[in-house]
Amino acid sequence: MLSLELALRYVISRKRPMAMSLLGIVFGICFFVLTQAQTAGFEAFFIRTILGTNSALLISDRFQNSDGVVHEIDENGRTRFLFNSREGSRYRDGIDHPEMVHSALSDYPGITGVSEVLRGHGVMHSISNKSSVELHGIHLHDHQKVSDIGKYVSQGSTNRFATDPMGVLIGSRIFLKLGIQIGDRVSLSGGNENIQLRVSGVFESGVNEIDKNRIYLHLKTARSFLNRPFGGAVFQVSLEDPGNAPAIADQMQSFLNHRVVSWQEREQVWLDVFKALRLSSAITVSTILLLSGLGIFNVFAIMVIEKKRDIAILRSMGFTQSDVSSIFLWQGVIVLILGIILGSLLGILSTYGVSQLPLRIRGIFSTDSFVVHWDPWHYIWAALISTIFVTVATWIPARRASKIEPAKIIRETN
Amino acid sequence: MSVPILCAHNLFYDFEESGNSVPVLRDLSLDVKPGQVTSVVGPSGCGKSTLLYLLGLLDKPESGEILLENNSMTQASEQKRTEIRNEKIGFVFQFHFLIKELTVLENVRLPILKSGKSLQSANAQSEEILEKLGLIDKLNRPAFKLSGGEQQRVAIARALSNSPRILLADEPTGNLDSSNSDAVFEILNEFAHEGGITVVMVTHNMDLAQRSDEIIRMMDGRIVT
Ligand SMILES: Nc1ncnc2c1ncn2[C@@H]1O[C@H](COP(=O)(O)OP(=O)(O)O)[C@@H](O)[C@H]1O
Ligand SMILES: [Mg+2]
Repeated sequence: MLSLELALRYVISRKRPMAMSLLGIVFGICFFVLTQAQTAGFEAFFIRTILGTNSALLISDRFQNSDGVVHEIDENGRTRFLFNSREGSRYRDGIDHPEMVHSALSDYPGITGVSEVLRGHGVMHSISNKSSVELHGIHLHDHQKVSDIGKYVSQGSTNRFATDPMGVLIGSRIFLKLGIQIGDRVSLSGGNENIQLRVSGVFESGVNEIDKNRIYLHLKTARSFLNRPFGGAVFQVSLEDPGNAPAIADQMQSFLNHRVVSWQEREQVWLDVFKALRLSSAITVSTILLLSGLGIFNVFAIMVIEKKRDIAILRSMGFTQSDVSSIFLWQGVIVLILGIILGSLLGILSTYGVSQLPLRIRGIFSTDSFVVHWDPWHYIWAALISTIFVTVATWIPARRASKIEPAKIIRETN
Repeated sequence: MSVPILCAHNLFYDFEESGNSVPVLRDLSLDVKPGQVTSVVGPSGCGKSTLLYLLGLLDKPESGEILLENNSMTQASEQKRTEIRNEKIGFVFQFHFLIKELTVLENVRLPILKSGKSLQSANAQSEEILEKLGLIDKLNRPAFKLSGGEQQRVAIARALSNSPRILLADEPTGNLDSSNSDAVFEILNEFAHEGGITVVMVTHNMDLAQRSDEIIRMMDGRIVT
């Protein structure tokens, strides 16, 4: 405690260099959490969007047993299928027996929703324009369980869609292009027959791909339009724990004998981009902390030289080597703790500030302000990195201080 | 005859200078009697300071033995020597070595707090000694704001605050004028004769040396009689 008291005095008596060192850490931590909150924020938003539109798992395409499947008899004598590689297997388009898959999934653990989706293509006409569309036939009730479709509807409503067998939910970009209103009739061609649909609502997911291509119809309507009374659909599945999707996908794939793709696999390219972004900003900002660590090293190295007489007399009056080094280590601790507290506070404030900044993004998701993600781990990492740098920056001078030979300094001084 | 409190037997001390080993102390032996002021005199460079550092366990001889209260210090660990410095030895040098970030009281109580005593008793003990040295009104002044004579008296107070058995002073009056020198010497004299503290003082001031209880004369790393 005596060492701590001396450390405090030394810190207080060196306001300027200490304040500079402190400032480095404060800004380092602040920038660290701020950039992490942003990159993680955009990533989280992106993930929420892809889960909200295309769900955690997509079950499609039945494997052809002869090619991609390896049989194995397990301990209980049951036949299991193992897949060596997805690329190596052949599969048939769509699910042939949706009821079977549906019932097989009904008591599968960890699943919060299953929605059968029949996909196809068509051309949508309004009076003034036309647009090629990717139609998704759904049971609205099922689909709401696996997606945020309700939240994305910006005009009209899902209720309107639910009660109208010929209703259609249209991507916002298509809606704009066709120049139509809610309640208008549009025709859909290119399938079995031309059909007339009524616009029940417009959705905007923010994902360009979806907003400019996708429409939702009732599954029955889609089946008749596409002339596929049975089969051919895919399943979107939502999970309690989307983070566990790859493992569940693997399991489910061998269980169902259908191709199952997790959102992580589907969106791997984007997820990798976000990961790289997050890592590179962490590394970049850590250099601020590294530099302030060097600054602290410099301050303490000079202080050890300035304070060698104090060190000598303290040693002569019974302070041990470790007492002396702890005087300097405590100073590091004081600066570090203050830096972590102030840096985190400033980080919180500026993260909040940034989240209020207007920023319009459309393309891979939709937002009108900066997206931030609050995560205590950002603060823990920032604290950890600064602790490492400050520890090294203090430990070396502290060690040097403890090695000072009192007799030598006293002889030089007198 | 009283038993010596501090003995040196056959001390040798060299220092390395550009690869050569230069002898400083050569087979030096001495006994210091308790409760007295012993002055060490001799020309510059004869090894007086070196001897004091060895007696105070701040440095180690090449060979020879230091006995403190009849215990050999040769085998003592660095930890043990540090403890002994705290408990039994006080140092005063020509330079005051006060810590300028601390007040007078805070400087003086450092060795007491280091020995593990409570803040209250450290304060009480420090105030008592500062009172004796006429510094009680300077208690809370920053140490660097005092005059040279006052600073040296604070240094003496610090050396004596933890009630050491031995006070080692290396030219304690070297930076002081004659009236301050006299005052410092009188303090040491008083603590020796009334407090039972053993004082070993290196000095160039022959007048003060004459007034001490015993004089040790040194020349070329040896004691001369
Ligand atoms: N560590 C050392 N570095 C340099 N010189 C030393 C060292 N130790 C002793 N000396 C030399 O030894 C001699 C004695 O020094 P010292 O004990 O300080 O003498 P005194 O105090 O009697 O003047 C001097 O010549 C001094 O330069
Ligand atoms: Mg000397």
